[in-house]
Amino acid sequence: MSVPSNLKYTKDHEWISIDGDEATVGITDFAQGELGDIVYVEVETLDETLDKDEVFGTVEAVKTVSDLFLPLSGEIIAFNDSLESEPEKVNSDPYGEGWMIKIKISNPDEIEELLDDAAYKELIGA
Amino acid sequence: MKNTALSHVHEALGAKMVPFAGYNMPVSYEGVTAEHETVRNAVGVFDVSHMGEFLITGPKALELIQKVSSNDASKLIDGQAQYSCLPNADGGIVDDLIIYRLEAEKWLLVVNASNIEKDWDWISSHNTMGAEMRNLSEEYSLLAIQGPKAVEAMQSLTSEDLSAIKFYTFKVSDFAGIAHVIISATGYTGSGGFEIYCKNSEVEQIWNKVLEAGADFGIKPIGLAARDTLRLEMGYCLYGNDIDDTTSPLEAGLGWITKFTKDFINSESLQQQKIDGIRRKLVGFELQERGIPRQGYDILDNEDNVIGNVTSGTMAPSLNKGIGMGYVTKELSAPGTEIFIQIRKNKVPATVVKTPFYKG
Repeated sequence: MSVPSNLKYTKDHEWISIDGDEATVGITDFAQGELGDIVYVEVETLDETLDKDEVFGTVEAVKTVSDLFLPLSGEIIAFNDSLESEPEKVNSDPYGEGWMIKIKISNPDEIEELLDDAAYKELIGA
Repeated sequence: MKNTALSHVHEALGAKMVPFAGYNMPVSYEGVTAEHETVRNAVGVFDVSHMGEFLITGPKALELIQKVSSNDASKLIDGQAQYSCLPNADGGIVDDLIIYRLEAEKWLLVVNASNIEKDWDWISSHNTMGAEMRNLSEEYSLLAIQGPKAVEAMQSLTSEDLSAIKFYTFKVSDFAGIAHVIISATGYTGSGGFEIYCKNSEVEQIWNKVLEAGADFGIKPIGLAARDTLRLEMGYCLYGNDIDDTTSPLEAGLGWITKFTKDFINSESLQQQKIDGIRRKLVGFELQERGIPRQGYDILDNEDNVIGNVTSGTMAPSLNKGIGMGYVTKELSAPGTEIFIQIRKNKVPATVVKTPFYKG
């Protein structure tokens, strides 16, 4: 199970890569494994500004559906629309081509509340 | 939680295990889509040993079976099997099952794992004629070997001519070095193949030899997740989803296994229901837009009235679209009817279709 040390994590199994006042968000290797074969990634909140923990989209696997929660308050400035035709990238490359959205961070203080790789590993028992 | 005789084998293969009907079962090995396609295109093997087996014997065996089941078991000869259901006294279904005639006075009933105790109690309570009953569920294992290459891949394991075993017939014969197992041309996938009933002590040897013999044909172990997508593409009912204690066999489209040529529990009121006409019907539907219907989602008409709910739904791997089943009012049950599925905030258009969804 891959948990890169350069990323931040949430208890909802999302990863966050921080670059200045922008963040890239996806779901973790553990999450994609639990969901199984992903068939849709739906994000209808592009250009909206949402609070941390609000639902920004849904991810559907063959057997289950799961909401996606915004890890940091901010504006959703990009959606990886290649996932509309190739959602399986979330399974095959969750930290790379399977990225989901980019956020313009509105409250940098929230970054402190994210988990580091050690804390996330502990959460999933890895 | 119980293990099957093969739970440790699945764990060693790296399967994702889940509790199902009280058993520790493999839900998937490499992923549901790949496993589904393996069964549709080649051959796969499932451990479905959680299923229950009752042996009914003696001169009163058939009389008991005829009383509790809806299909007409008197039509069977030795070596034939029949899909049937156990109607309850209130218009619903206790369980669906397969009935095997081993001999004139020796029958095997194969029931759903989640209903073993309920079925046993139900059948026992109607055994006023004194048939002999044995619950073999804890002693017997069941492997399903399914897919278009099943016959060819398994032929080396038996002296029986597998291609000569017709659908819903079976042989008690040698298989994978075991002298007497049931080789049954049945299954829950719509892709052909066999189900093998054997003792728990024999199943690991059979499992290993099946994987060995099937290796050249691309055989893979298949989990419960693909078992569900495969059966749903065929429109086969799953007890607890599409049929239960409150659904009539006639509403569920099981009129073909409800034979009024004989008396059985609640047959009079079911016959009356047939005369009066049913008010709701289990239908299959396909989504016209992207999305996946899930159990419990509302089914709406074009004026936003709730006309039923989804009893089973999935992304169909062979069709690459969302499919499902659910009960709708009789008026909206004809193939081609436009209905809508409420998927979270969206009202997604769907069309009632004839099942099977997958037509091979």
